[in-house]
Amino acid sequence: MHGLANPARFLRIARWLMPLCMGIGFAVAFGALGWGLFFGPAERLQGETVRIVYLHVPAAWLGMAGWMGIAAASFTELVWRHPLAGIAARACAVPGAVFTAVCLITGSLWGRPAWGTWWVWDGRLTSMLVLLFLYFGWMALSQASEAADGSQNRAPAIFGLVGAVNIPIIHYSVIWWNSQHQAPSISLGKSAMAGDFLWPLLLAMLGFTLLFAGCVLARMRAILANQQAEARLRRKALSEAW
Amino acid sequence: MAQTANVRPGGIKAKHQRLVLLAVALAVLVGAALLAAWALRNQASYFYVPAEIVAKPPEPGRAVRLGGMVAQGSLKTEADGVTIAFVVEDGKARVPVRFKGIVPSLFVEGSGVVAEGHLDSGGTFQADNLLAKHDENYVPREMKDMSREQAEQVMRETK
Repeated sequence: MHGLANPARFLRIARWLMPLCMGIGFAVAFGALGWGLFFGPAERLQGETVRIVYLHVPAAWLGMAGWMGIAAASFTELVWRHPLAGIAARACAVPGAVFTAVCLITGSLWGRPAWGTWWVWDGRLTSMLVLLFLYFGWMALSQASEAADGSQNRAPAIFGLVGAVNIPIIHYSVIWWNSQHQAPSISLGKSAMAGDFLWPLLLAMLGFTLLFAGCVLARMRAILANQQAEARLRRKALSEAW
Repeated sequence: MAQTANVRPGGIKAKHQRLVLLAVALAVLVGAALLAAWALRNQASYFYVPAEIVAKPPEPGRAVRLGGMVAQGSLKTEADGVTIAFVVEDGKARVPVRFKGIVPSLFVEGSGVVAEGHLDSGGTFQADNLLAKHDENYVPREMKDMSREQAEQVMRETK
């Protein structure tokens, strides 16, 4: 990891890794969506509406994974002061928030035909909405603390770690408490989902995860480029002033 | 970086000190969250199950939610054609429910349901609203004529 402490070295790797993630992710995600939406079967009770699962579940996973990324980067920032940690956390925030919003919207659209309601305040839906608000709060804090110099990443990093407490709550909300949302269909090693649904779903999750990784790398490159440009402008302004 | 050479008087490297401090803080934080979740275990539930309603009935008229399975063979439509009566069970207790209105499409005998309403003085749950609750099983439509057990059998064999 300390090999990547040098931003120039990270940029050399990101330059080819980013388009690779994007390209493969795009192909796999849309291939899986096509498989699930056009060739997969309808569900016994839910009928055609089950196809929302191929967007809803990857979005839910990446909404949570985005915050896990923020939390891991925050830990690295606080302990090792890794120069890329704060940048990685900032790069995870927007894609994570977007996928969380996609999860909430597709879930709502699915809830109307499946449950008979757009929204209920049960443990799972409420904790996922809290995650979206945590993203908004984190982004606002990270923007606000950018102006201060020195420990500019400290406050968002602490927020990132404290907010991670919500992730296990989201996961276990349907196990700890009675909820409108059903218990997980897929857990490590077993699935209550027929293979006809499971394989396109797993493929879609892989594809969207690669797209997510590509977005994070692209945003990290953009933030680094922005910092370099600002530093160069500052040097130029200084040399002109003298 | 320069910090690695930053050694505190006790001989502990600063980053090791931060690591221990942060690990302790995280452990305390997770502990606090688990305690809070444990304290919420009853209040945060979205509905009561029949066993809870039977063991500790809420006072008649208070708005509560009841969740469970629609008992096989219990679903009946009354003479007016729009009122339905059925039994919600959870394997331990059974609660009779009445509801007037349109039911969600996933509402069938043997499936999960969440009923919003209140208990009347006769012990029947008067529902104002029904929400279907689907379980974690996803079965292709081709298998719909099989019973749930048969379908699960097929799924096990084909996986």
